[in-house]
Amino acid sequence: MTALAPPPTAPEKPRPPRERPGRRLRLRKGGGAGRTMTGGWIAYLVLGFALLISAFPFYWTIVAASRSNADLAQVPPSLLPGPNLMKNFEAVLEEADIGKALLNSLIVSGAITVGTVLSCTLAGFAFAKLKFRGRSALLTLTIGTMMIPPQLGVIPLFMLIAELQWVNQLQAVILPGLVSAFGVFFMRQYLIQSLPDELIEAARVDGASTARIFWSIVIPIARPGMAVLGMLTFMTAWNDFFWPVIALSSQEPTVQVALRQLGGGYVNDQSVIMAGTLLGTLPVLLVFGLLGRQIVGGIMQGAVKG
Amino acid sequence: MFPTSTAKAGPRPAGTGSGPGSGPASGSGPGTGPDGGPAAVPRLRRAWRKASPYAYIAPFFTLFLAFGLFPLLYTAFVSLYRVELQTSGEMEWRGIGNYTALFTDEYFWISLRNTFTIGVLSTVPQLAMALGLAHLLNYKLRGRTFIRTAVLLPYATSVAAATLVFAQLFGRDFGLINYVIGLIGLDPVDWQTGTVASQIAVSTIVIWRWTGYNALIYLAGMQSIPHELYEAAGIDGASRWRQFIHVTLPGLRPTIVFTVIISTIGATQLFGEPLLFEGSISGGISHQYQTLGLYMYEQGWGFFHLGRAAAIAWVMFVLIVVLVGVNALIARRRARKEAGR
Repeated sequence: MTALAPPPTAPEKPRPPRERPGRRLRLRKGGGAGRTMTGGWIAYLVLGFALLISAFPFYWTIVAASRSNADLAQVPPSLLPGPNLMKNFEAVLEEADIGKALLNSLIVSGAITVGTVLSCTLAGFAFAKLKFRGRSALLTLTIGTMMIPPQLGVIPLFMLIAELQWVNQLQAVILPGLVSAFGVFFMRQYLIQSLPDELIEAARVDGASTARIFWSIVIPIARPGMAVLGMLTFMTAWNDFFWPVIALSSQEPTVQVALRQLGGGYVNDQSVIMAGTLLGTLPVLLVFGLLGRQIVGGIMQGAVKG
Repeated sequence: MFPTSTAKAGPRPAGTGSGPGSGPASGSGPGTGPDGGPAAVPRLRRAWRKASPYAYIAPFFTLFLAFGLFPLLYTAFVSLYRVELQTSGEMEWRGIGNYTALFTDEYFWISLRNTFTIGVLSTVPQLAMALGLAHLLNYKLRGRTFIRTAVLLPYATSVAAATLVFAQLFGRDFGLINYVIGLIGLDPVDWQTGTVASQIAVSTIVIWRWTGYNALIYLAGMQSIPHELYEAAGIDGASRWRQFIHVTLPGLRPTIVFTVIISTIGATQLFGEPLLFEGSISGGISHQYQTLGLYMYEQGWGFFHLGRAAAIAWVMFVLIVVLVGVNALIARRRARKEAGR
C-alpha cells in the first residue's frame, strides 16, 4: 500500500495518455498546483468554519445519543455529552434489533465490495488491454448507463426479485449491487495508465496464457486501484438507502433500513434515534478515519455519486 | 519481480492446449495478426485466445444484463401496463393511461415543482460554496491533507443518518437551529410545515453532504490548470481575483459542467432526504416537500401502482435527459463564444 496516488484523470478526457504512470503528475503535485501561494489567516478562518460545520452534526449525534429524551427537550439545549450512551445503545438493540441490521449490512457491503472489485477488475483489464470484437461498443454501452438514474430500473428489478421470491432476502440487495459501470470504467482507466503493454507482451512471448498474466501481472499492479475502488464501493454499499428500503423490510433490514424504521415514528425517543444513527455511522467513519487519504485520492480522480 | 520468465511452467486453464506460444501469432493482437504459420499454434488454443476476452467481461456483463440493462429498458414497457404490487405477475395493457392519469394528478405537478425548487435551492449554493472551498484548499496550507479529508467527512454518512440528525436540529420547539435563531432575536421557524422553510431544510441536508465532495472534484480540476497561465497573468498585473475569474474559471469549465450535470441528476432523484425528514411518505402534510422520487415510491410501494410508478420513472428520465441536454448546450455555446472572441 505504498504508492496510492494514481494519476488523476480529467473527467472530460477523450483519450488517455499512453505513458508511464504518474511521473508528470508527481512533479505537479510537489508544486501544490496552480499557484504555490500560502494561505493567509482568512483562508484558515474560513476553512476552520467549514470544518466546524462539517463536523458539528457528528458531534451533535454523540451529544444527543448520550442524553435522555428529557434533556433534549430543554430549551437552552445542552452541548456536552451526557451519561446515557450505553442505556440508549441498549434501547436501540432492543427496539430495532440494530445488531442484526449491522450484521446484515456487513454481509451485504462485504459481499458487494469483494464481488464488485473482482468483476470490475476482470472487465476493466479486458477493456484496457485485450482486443476483441465489439469492445468499444460494449464499453460505450457500459459507460452510457452511468448517467441513467437507478430509479428508472427499480420497478422491473423489483418485479424480477419478486418473481425469484427474493424479497426480504439479502441477495436481493447483493446481486444488483455488484453491477458497477463506474467500477469497470475506473479499473480500465487505472490499468491503461499503470500497466505497460510491453509487460504483457513480454509475458506472452514467454508463453504465459492470459489467465496467467492476469493473476501474476495484472492483479499485483492493479492492487492499489482495487483498494480504492473497494473502499468507495464499501462506503456506497453501506450507505445505500433507496434499493434496500424497497427490497428489504423490518424482518431482514440493513442498517439504513433500520434507521428508517427508527425515524419512521415507531420510536419517538429522539436520543434512541440518535444512538441508532451513531451505531449505523460508526463503521463507515472508522473506514474513513483509517483510509481517508486514499478515499480523497479516489474522489479526486473521478467521481462516484452514491 | 513479476514471474514472467517462469510463466512457462505455470498452470493453464483447460482448453488452452500445450506448448509455449511460438511463432508470430503471439503478438499483442492474436486475432488480428497475420497468421503466417498457423501450424505452430494449435487451433484450439487460437480459438481460446480469441474467445478468452469474453470470459473476462462475462461476470460483469451477466449481472449487468440481468440487473442493470434489462430493468432499465423494461421500465418503458411496464409503464404502459396496469401492474399492481401484490400481483406483479399480471399485467394489463393500459397504453398511455398511466401517463394521462399522472398528468391529471395535482400531486404529480406539486412534486415536479418541488423537485425543481429543491434542486435549485440545493445545487446552486452547494456548487458555489464548493468552488470557494476548492480555491482555499488549493493554497499551501498546514495540515492540507487533514483539512481535505475533514471536508469530505459528511460524504461518509448515509442519507438516513444525515437526515435524522438534521431533522432533529431543525425541530420546531427544541431544535438547535431555532434556538440559535432565537438568540439572534428572530422568531422560531416551523421547518416542517412551511413550504419554503421545509424545502430549505431538505436542501440544507443535501448541501451539507455534497459540498466537500464537489470541492474535491474542483480541486482536482484546478490542479490540472497549467502553472504558467497564472505566471503570465501575474506578469500582466492581474490581481488574485482577476486570476480566479480569467484563469481558474475558464480552466475549470469542463469540471464545472461535469458537476452541474452530476448534481442535476442527483437532485432529480432526491428521495431519502424528503422521506426521512419527517418520516412521511407524502413529503409533509400538504406534500410541500415531496419530490418526484418520493412520489414514485408513494405510488409504487404506498399505493401499489407499479405501472404508474414506472411512468413516473420514465418522466424522471426524460427530465434528466432534457436538463443534461440543456446544460451541455449552454456549455458548448459559451465555449464557442469564448473561442470566437
